[in-house]
Amino acid sequence: MSILDMTAVELAAAIRNKEVTVMEATEAVLAQIEKSESKYHCYVTVDKEGALKQAAEVQGKIDAGELTGPLAGVPVAIKDNMCTEGLLTTCSSKILYNFIPTFSSEAVLNLQKAGAVILGKTNMDEFAMGSTTETSAYGETRNPWNPEHVPGGSSGGSAAAVAANECFYALGSDTGGSIRQPASFCGVVGLKPTYGTVSRYGLIAYGSSLDQIGPLCKDVTDCATIMEVIASHDTKDSTSVERNDTDFTSALVDDVKGMRIGIPRDYFGEGLDSEVKDAVLKAAQVLKDKGAIVEEFDLSLVEYAIPTYYTIAAAEASSNLERFDGIKYGYRTEEYEGLHNMYKKSRSEGFGAEVKRRIMLGSFVLSSGYYDAYYLKALRVKALIKKAFDEAFAKYDVILGPVAPTTAPKLGESLSDPIKMYLGDIYTISINLAGLPGLSIPCGVDTKGLPIGLQLIGDCFNEKKLIQTAYAYEKARGVFGRKGDK
Amino acid sequence: MAKQYETVIGLEVHVELATKTKIFCGCSTAFGGDPNTHTCPVCTGMPGSLPVLNKQVLEYAVAVGLATNCTITQYCKFDRKNYFYPDNPQNYQISQLYLPICRNGKVEIETEKGKKFVGIHEIHMEEDAGKLIHDEWDDVSLVDYNRSGVPLIEIVSEPDMRSAEEVIAYLEKLRMTIQYLGASDCKLQEGSMRADVNLSIREVGAKEFGTRTEMKNLNSFKAIARAIEGETERQIDLLESGEKVVQETRRWDDNKGESYAMRSKEDAQDYRYFPDPDLVPIVLDDAFLDEIRAKQPEFREEKMARYKEEFDIPEYDIEIITGSKHMADIFEATVALGSQPKKVSNWLMVETLRLLKEKNMDSEDIRFSPENLAKLIGLTDTKAINSSVAKEVFEVMFEQDIDPEKYVEEKGLKTVNDEGALRKTVEEVIANNPQSVEDYRNGKEKAIGFLVGQTMKAMKGKADPGMVNQLLKELL
Repeated sequence: MSILDMTAVELAAAIRNKEVTVMEATEAVLAQIEKSESKYHCYVTVDKEGALKQAAEVQGKIDAGELTGPLAGVPVAIKDNMCTEGLLTTCSSKILYNFIPTFSSEAVLNLQKAGAVILGKTNMDEFAMGSTTETSAYGETRNPWNPEHVPGGSSGGSAAAVAANECFYALGSDTGGSIRQPASFCGVVGLKPTYGTVSRYGLIAYGSSLDQIGPLCKDVTDCATIMEVIASHDTKDSTSVERNDTDFTSALVDDVKGMRIGIPRDYFGEGLDSEVKDAVLKAAQVLKDKGAIVEEFDLSLVEYAIPTYYTIAAAEASSNLERFDGIKYGYRTEEYEGLHNMYKKSRSEGFGAEVKRRIMLGSFVLSSGYYDAYYLKALRVKALIKKAFDEAFAKYDVILGPVAPTTAPKLGESLSDPIKMYLGDIYTISINLAGLPGLSIPCGVDTKGLPIGLQLIGDCFNEKKLIQTAYAYEKARGVFGRKGDK
Repeated sequence: MAKQYETVIGLEVHVELATKTKIFCGCSTAFGGDPNTHTCPVCTGMPGSLPVLNKQVLEYAVAVGLATNCTITQYCKFDRKNYFYPDNPQNYQISQLYLPICRNGKVEIETEKGKKFVGIHEIHMEEDAGKLIHDEWDDVSLVDYNRSGVPLIEIVSEPDMRSAEEVIAYLEKLRMTIQYLGASDCKLQEGSMRADVNLSIREVGAKEFGTRTEMKNLNSFKAIARAIEGETERQIDLLESGEKVVQETRRWDDNKGESYAMRSKEDAQDYRYFPDPDLVPIVLDDAFLDEIRAKQPEFREEKMARYKEEFDIPEYDIEIITGSKHMADIFEATVALGSQPKKVSNWLMVETLRLLKEKNMDSEDIRFSPENLAKLIGLTDTKAINSSVAKEVFEVMFEQDIDPEKYVEEKGLKTVNDEGALRKTVEEVIANNPQSVEDYRNGKEKAIGFLVGQTMKAMKGKADPGMVNQLLKELL
């Protein structure tokens, strides 16, 4: 097997067994980046020099027996909204074109402690606002399955980098589907953990109450392994939860007998592409054949999830993004008269259209006179959505459905109609509103040759049930990968 | 007949809490320090940083709330107040609007007109902003974030006060209570206590409130009293001349004795308050409140009552000493070391107050230790030093908290009790001052004072004046 075809866990084992050195793996992946980056543009920043330096250091620690973990020596890509000390962090925005953080995010530190080699920072929708990675100020990322299509978003660079073997795994962040949807579009595995499982310290916030960091990777084994490394209780993040059940790899068991799986009818109605529908239902049948109890049910309030999400996320974003004002760091306009003109021009020139749209939307729903009608009402609907899921999880271990209504659209198709783009988030965003974990795993390819994703949703803190179900499905499905290109 | 007006006043008081670290990060709150040396990613609002509440802030806020008879909000939250200004690194301030920590309190005040209650609408916790420094020479503005994130509480009163006297009494009461709690040193001049005055006037007997203004930049009790008088007059003049009071924020210029408008209600910003999603709701159980209740100190009224019972000192002394928690602590500790209460009280009431006034210091700034004061009193009790030497030593002690026993020893200030040496000096003084001796013998009793003085001078102050007096009379 060539190095690039290895999963993260396989590569780490090969390194431990001295079949491959960290340097060889790093050089191989850097060569792959060199080869295909012009085609896909997965990265905003590739830190070649830093990666080679880390590779040597990590190899030294492995040889000295200091690093023995299951990811030691494996090169990783980080979404560009996570702070990395000394390494440019832009959120794919012009306003942070020169921002070099003085500290690293907790999730990145956890990876580094486990011996990760950081390759660079992946492209994304500007400030994670978008579903295609086309709103990046540094150019769009293309889908490795077909470069005329988008990779999804906002973690499109991370998903595409995994699919194009430009890294062995990547970190993404998910506020409304930003890990699961690009994972689905790029045919990789992605997990959005329960809110509070991975520290948000160092993650540049979009919607603070919804944001969560998670892995994008080649298979379910990698997914569980990465989760064990990045999940941690962090006293620097007030919303971080102390969990004693983060032994996610213990759930890598090929057995779904008696697993109660609910299929929400609401997720299979109008707007769902028939090829996606067929592939997802076929996956459900696979699980049923392996002994799972699969039945349909009605999950109410699905149609309210989108307005609720765009109200809450935009409100939080409008405040979170206030700090980007050109005063202390980042982009400042060339010419200005006085303070307010400087703010106005720096922000007008520094932010892209989608970000400005959401700042305006968020400012509106928080303004006096509208706060109760929009923001407070959205919070109440959010609570009702959580309640609907609570009721569902009283009956089911796992909820199964599609990740997105369609496979990856063509470049340029989505931005012309933002409402349509927002509607594409219908199956993913209520999971963020309810704080639940959601996993995306490839379950087929459509007639255009684009991958289809299956979404498994669990109750809070039930990632293990998702991992177990996905692992069993993956065993039955067999190896999934892009034809050619490698 | 001219209309009779009544002034209606409510106060917003900001108090800087005496925590060692900031409200949402571990940076020091120490005053001073080079610009931006007490800062970190959190209090400079760097991307990716997150706030974590300092528990001590919560404890102080609850303690102040309990001491002012508030209802504690046992499920409370922080909200973001959004506005753009460079002293505010995130461009939002973390404060409390919807669920403030304390509500519905009251404190009793006393003025010449008697006692009354002033209601407390709410107390909320928030972070302070940084400081802007405008460099006129280079035409730039610089920001120092050392203050950014220093914890504050804002105490909002009901519009229950009717005069400057009541306002001062209310502020004194708050200051005393908070100082007793140790929650803040409450110094107006240094800004650890700041008061904004909301004031309106109405005709006596009217039920509706008039339009109010908010006065800022009040740095002393005197400035507050002057601003209240000035604003009352200004508003009466407006009404009397048929004009209207505009709801606005005004800035008081104490040097000119007048105020000017900063911004009117029309320019009022929409702060778009909403709960801060980076901070989790705070749930306070009864046990937590009980714990803080149990830690509440003996407040001033209780202390005054106890002093009356325990110590034989004048009521006026009790009032002054308990007027500062720090001074009361020194008093009690010195008495506990065995000094006579009356003597301790005298040192505090006379010399300490004199030096504080002379050096323009606050009671909170007293630095000498009870141990050293007790030693000094011991030296006078045993007549090891006379009272004028004691005062000299005290001044040094007040400045540097020296050990008076060592100091007296080192400087050789002990009273000379050797009668032979003293008698010799007195004889010399008598021989050298024939005129005064003559006067005394001719019945001028006062002349002996001069002779005592001359003797003390010759003895370099180290003699017991009583003994000198006696010897003089004997030899004359």
